Amino acid sequence: MAKVIIYPINSLILSDLVERFGHKPLAMMEKIKEKVNTVGVDSPPLNITAVEPKMGLKYAAVEVPAGVRGRMAIVGPMIDEAEAAIIVNEASMAFGCMGCARTNELTKYLIRQKNIPILEAEYPRSEEEGQEFVYKIAEFLRSLSTEERT
Amino acid sequence: MLSSVTEGILMNNEEDIITKIVVIGSDSVLPIDAAMKVYESEISITIKETCFGTMVTGPRTVVNKVVDELRAMDKNHIFVKERGFHPGDERRCRSVRGGGPRPGFHYLREEVQMLPIIGKALDAYDKHIPPTEIHRAKKIEVKKLKEIIESNL
Repeated sequence: MAKVIIYPINSLILSDLVERFGHKPLAMMEKIKEKVNTVGVDSPPLNITAVEPKMGLKYAAVEVPAGVRGRMAIVGPMIDEAEAAIIVNEASMAFGCMGCARTNELTKYLIRQKNIPILEAEYPRSEEEGQEFVYKIAEFLRSLSTEERT
Repeated sequence: MLSSVTEGILMNNEEDIITKIVVIGSDSVLPIDAAMKVYESEISITIKETCFGTMVTGPRTVVNKVVDELRAMDKNHIFVKERGFHPGDERRCRSVRGGGPRPGFHYLREEVQMLPIIGKALDAYDKHIPPTEIHRAKKIEVKKLKEIIESNL
């Protein structure tokens, strides 16, 4: 079972597909759960404290806005942990409230810099594209299992 | 550092309480069917029906077991993801926040619209039907776009 980071990082479809084909999805939701439920770190409403932008310095320079560094404090460790990645480009919901575009760009950049198997797919908009999308992801995830067995 | 804190808490409580969102994109299974399935199983967990499916909260092992049972009802058309906040959490629940969709709902709604396509694709994958070749329209080059703009001036 490989740890697969997904982009968009809170996608239902990607998280489900990774789990469905027997791997562990690295998604935002689990990290947020840790943040909001951990006793001892208490800064409501999201428990994002002043420590996060400092932790984000590992992934982004000091002149980068604190918002990007704060987000990278959560996303960065996920990238470090990842053994494989699935990036879906041009997902309409990755624009806007999922976070700032710069964090998204930095996330994709850092994933691509890592020496891990990466699948890049286009967000499907029709039935044929959906079929191709699922086929690519399924084959990619199955190939990960094969690599692990050998 | 955070993960070690979490691990410490887990060791003390021996329980990792999680919430999973079960989104139903099936023609044959309704959210109420999923909820009834959980009630029938007599497992002590919290379940909340929503417009798109159900949310299941409880210890990780139990929730995973229940989710597997629910998924088996229509495996290619029921989708699952973990959720950070528990149902009714004041930081997300709209009853406390004065109405309106909760943060994250728009994202989920966008993906729910895609689920019929993904479900059909999973059916096709199970039947070993290879995907058809797609000819995508090429994006216009910047140079050409500039030429078009200048030609209109």
